[in-house]
Amino acid sequence: MDVHRLIKMANEIGAFFEAEPDRAIAIEGVSDHIRRFWEPRMRRELLRWVDEHDGQGLTELVLAAIQGNREKLTPQTIASP
Amino acid sequence: MYSVKILDAGTPARVSEQLVTLEIDGVEVTVPAGTSVMRAATDAGVRVPKLCATDMLESFGSCRLCLVEIEGRKGYPASCTTLVEPGMKVRTQTPKLANLRRGVMELYISDHPLDCLTCPANGNCELQEMAGVVGLREVRYGYEGANHLKSEKDTSNPYFTFDPTKCIVCSRCVRACEEVQGTFALTVDSRGFASVIAAGPTDFLASECVSCGACVQACPTSTLMEKSIIDNGQPDHSEVTTCAYCGVGCSFRAEMKGTEVVRMVPNKDGKANHGHSCVKGRFAWGYATHPDRIRVPMIRKKITDPWREVSWDEAINYAASEFKRLQKTYGRDSVGGITSSRCTNEETYLVQKLVRAAFGNNNVDTCARVCHSPTGYGLKATLGESAGTQDFDSVLKADVIMVIGANPTDGHPVFASQMKRRLREGAKLIVVDPRRIDIVRQPHVQAAYHLKLLPGTNVAVINALAHVVVTEGLLKEDYIRERCDLKEYEKWKAFIVQPHNSPEAMEAMTGVPAAEVRGAARLYASAPNAAIYYGLGVTEHSQGSTMVIGIANLAMVTGNIGREGVGVNPLRGQNNVQGSCDMGSFPHELPGYRHVSDPAVRAQFETAWGVQLQAEPGLRIPNMFDASIDGSFKGLYVQGEDVAQSDPDTQHVTAALEGLECLVVQDIFLNETAKFAHVFLPGSSFLEKDGTFTNAERRVSRVRKVMPPLAGLADWEATVALSNALGYPMHYDHPSQIMDEIAQLTPTFHGVSFEKIDRLGSIQWPCNEKAPEGTPVMHVDEFVRGKGRFVITEYVPTEERTTREYPLILTTGRILSQYNVGAQTRRTANVVWHDEDRFEIHPHDAEQRGIKEGDWVGIKSRAGETVMRAMLTERMQPGVVYTTFHHPFSGANVVTTDNSDWATNCPEYKVTAVQVSRVAQPSEWQRKFTAFTHLQDKLLSEREREKA
Repeated sequence: MDVHRLIKMANEIGAFFEAEPDRAIAIEGVSDHIRRFWEPRMRRELLRWVDEHDGQGLTELVLAAIQGNREKLTPQTIASP
Repeated sequence: MYSVKILDAGTPARVSEQLVTLEIDGVEVTVPAGTSVMRAATDAGVRVPKLCATDMLESFGSCRLCLVEIEGRKGYPASCTTLVEPGMKVRTQTPKLANLRRGVMELYISDHPLDCLTCPANGNCELQEMAGVVGLREVRYGYEGANHLKSEKDTSNPYFTFDPTKCIVCSRCVRACEEVQGTFALTVDSRGFASVIAAGPTDFLASECVSCGACVQACPTSTLMEKSIIDNGQPDHSEVTTCAYCGVGCSFRAEMKGTEVVRMVPNKDGKANHGHSCVKGRFAWGYATHPDRIRVPMIRKKITDPWREVSWDEAINYAASEFKRLQKTYGRDSVGGITSSRCTNEETYLVQKLVRAAFGNNNVDTCARVCHSPTGYGLKATLGESAGTQDFDSVLKADVIMVIGANPTDGHPVFASQMKRRLREGAKLIVVDPRRIDIVRQPHVQAAYHLKLLPGTNVAVINALAHVVVTEGLLKEDYIRERCDLKEYEKWKAFIVQPHNSPEAMEAMTGVPAAEVRGAARLYASAPNAAIYYGLGVTEHSQGSTMVIGIANLAMVTGNIGREGVGVNPLRGQNNVQGSCDMGSFPHELPGYRHVSDPAVRAQFETAWGVQLQAEPGLRIPNMFDASIDGSFKGLYVQGEDVAQSDPDTQHVTAALEGLECLVVQDIFLNETAKFAHVFLPGSSFLEKDGTFTNAERRVSRVRKVMPPLAGLADWEATVALSNALGYPMHYDHPSQIMDEIAQLTPTFHGVSFEKIDRLGSIQWPCNEKAPEGTPVMHVDEFVRGKGRFVITEYVPTEERTTREYPLILTTGRILSQYNVGAQTRRTANVVWHDEDRFEIHPHDAEQRGIKEGDWVGIKSRAGETVMRAMLTERMQPGVVYTTFHHPFSGANVVTTDNSDWATNCPEYKVTAVQVSRVAQPSEWQRKFTAFTHLQDKLLSEREREKA
């Protein structure tokens, strides 16, 4: 997946939650949204970007949301039949 | 007129708690107060002769046939205009009345052709019927006097004729155009004997007539007559079904001769449309038997190969073997499916079941992705359910109607007629739209406020409206305290009162004067009942979900949810887009909008389906395209969608389709997407299958098969066959069994069955133990989520900005006569109204560029370039341009970008920065498209035919 597209999408999610005055809720909101709506390969690519490029290009809120919720965001899929 | 089998009670039914008892021909009858004597007589089993009266219109009293005698009253009052009174004694048949009626008929027939036997209305003509009923035996006036028998027939409309020689000037057509449709295109020209019906100074086609057919429906003779009846004769039976065009979901009687549809007549018992229709549903059904229909499955190895016709078994087995190969080579998640928003609930349920159970992943999505996915997200977050809150009839109790980003006269015409009826009664209208859409000013309708905002600034406007409501104390505090989450409300209130949300602060950004916003907010908030209707002008933005949330916030803070006349009403575009969402077509939700990660829900489906299901969300349609280009997504099963034409950034989409190794398209025509396909499964139209559609009101209605599937299988049967070939067994004998399974697994559908739908006519979900006959209005006692939730909606401007290079903003939409990608309507006579997409530009912008009416113009964005013909119009504001997307060659989506809603990836079709200039030739994309289309047409025409 084009990671720059994913970065843009993640930042747009973050822009919505920036308005939330409680930072912890905002972080939870971002990570929860990505977990609930992003397919595993998208999340894997985003996590890889954070690991390999320190999340360059991601806003502070989004980076905090990813770093603080790694386990939640790491895909859990059942094995292929 | 109605088929003779349908009873016409003469005047509309009345609703009243007060009842009146009277006597008609010695029979006692009790009816609601306000009922006409004519209708009361019908209830008593007495049919009073009539010609100008029909129960689809208010009474008029002109024909003088329906005269009666009322004890204690002088004269012979018309029963259609006389209201019942307690104790009234009416006689409908006396020698005097008989004489009067025969006299009236003599006058009518003295100026009427005597060609009953060759008249298309023969046997189904009210004039003919009345002549018989009154016992007409002679016309003492003779036929040599002045008459209208040489008047010229108007055949300009492609679907019906107007023959003035047959006209009795009952004015039903004029009144139908006024009362039912609200267009006021017809009039009675001149007076007395010279009276004639006129569609303005021109013929029907050139007039303001929108070809809804209400006048044809109302006409008691063959004056206004469907050309299909003229050509084919009268139908011999009919079947009630549901329209396959827009989200109004009109109920129709398909009138048939054998298995051939002769005409579609709106069903007056239809609860969504009450006997009305638009040009598409009423007349544009001929695509179902168009020569372009593909009737035999086809396969090919590469998209540059000719097609090869094969049997269903060979096509299905080939598709299944390809999907299995791809999953073995590239992984389980390398394939997926797209369900149709035009196929039935049962069919879309099966496609998502196939993807989840047979493919073993959640890579399923539907076209709601590109239209109302933000509605699902936003309303779920705030109210707890992903659907509109009201039924259509609710608009009749609204005092203020706000229409945001919708063009109902074009996109939902039958509902718009209902809305206009209420507006003519005095309800006030607020329109929030960059364009001067038709509803802003119609006959007897004028918007109190037209907030002509710049595209992309919706959230700024809705925040400003809410700011006014809260800061001026117009909010409904009791309602909020009782029904909403107070903690979330206080947080939102602290946000909304901030000065940057004021109309004054937002004015420069939105282009809407602050005073207009304040006036509109006060009007909306102070109404006893205020309703919001919105469309894709809300959702198809980078802040689409935010805007839906903002609408819900505004409705909650003013107490406008939970009863009739109010609500948040998304105008769903397609006949079954609501249904396809309900059926679990989204990659993150199982049927009934329950997240795939919920173990209890998943367990329920795993038990029922006998297979382990994935807990992770799958790919959305835009993500599928990205993954294809990335090389990780290789196979796609597309049922009834045309993503190559309807989705944005066409070049990206077609590159993605080219990257697939197996594209299976199931459709009725070889559409733009099918040109990239390796397997084509011929689909079935709505006339060829049983099932249900769910409209924008959550109304589940029956679709009934009136002809056998032209390709031999209904769509659901093809999906079952594919699933079986993939190794996941499915077996259903009839779609009703599929609905039974849906009902068993989906709480909001627990009480739904074909039997109940047949009994009730239609059902609005939720339909379960709490609401066994369905739910017209939602959130009555409490919101579905319990307490309504306010959510902060900070305005975040779109990244799509105008620049020196791209100084104009393009927004897109649709028009009345064409539907979506036009695959259906382009294959009907509707092309007479719109044979190409036009590019609308304000005269000022045109003049700056040397563009004149009809010039070819190049429209260029950062995504691509296309060429269309210009139409200069002041309904656009300077700086904003507009086009439709109904014709593939227009390439409207070549210029739309990859910007999308933050929450759902719903594309931002409504904001694209463009530059426009006069050109002399098609764009490069159009040249390539033409060449590719010629190639694909050749590969189709040279296809290897299946051996008999």
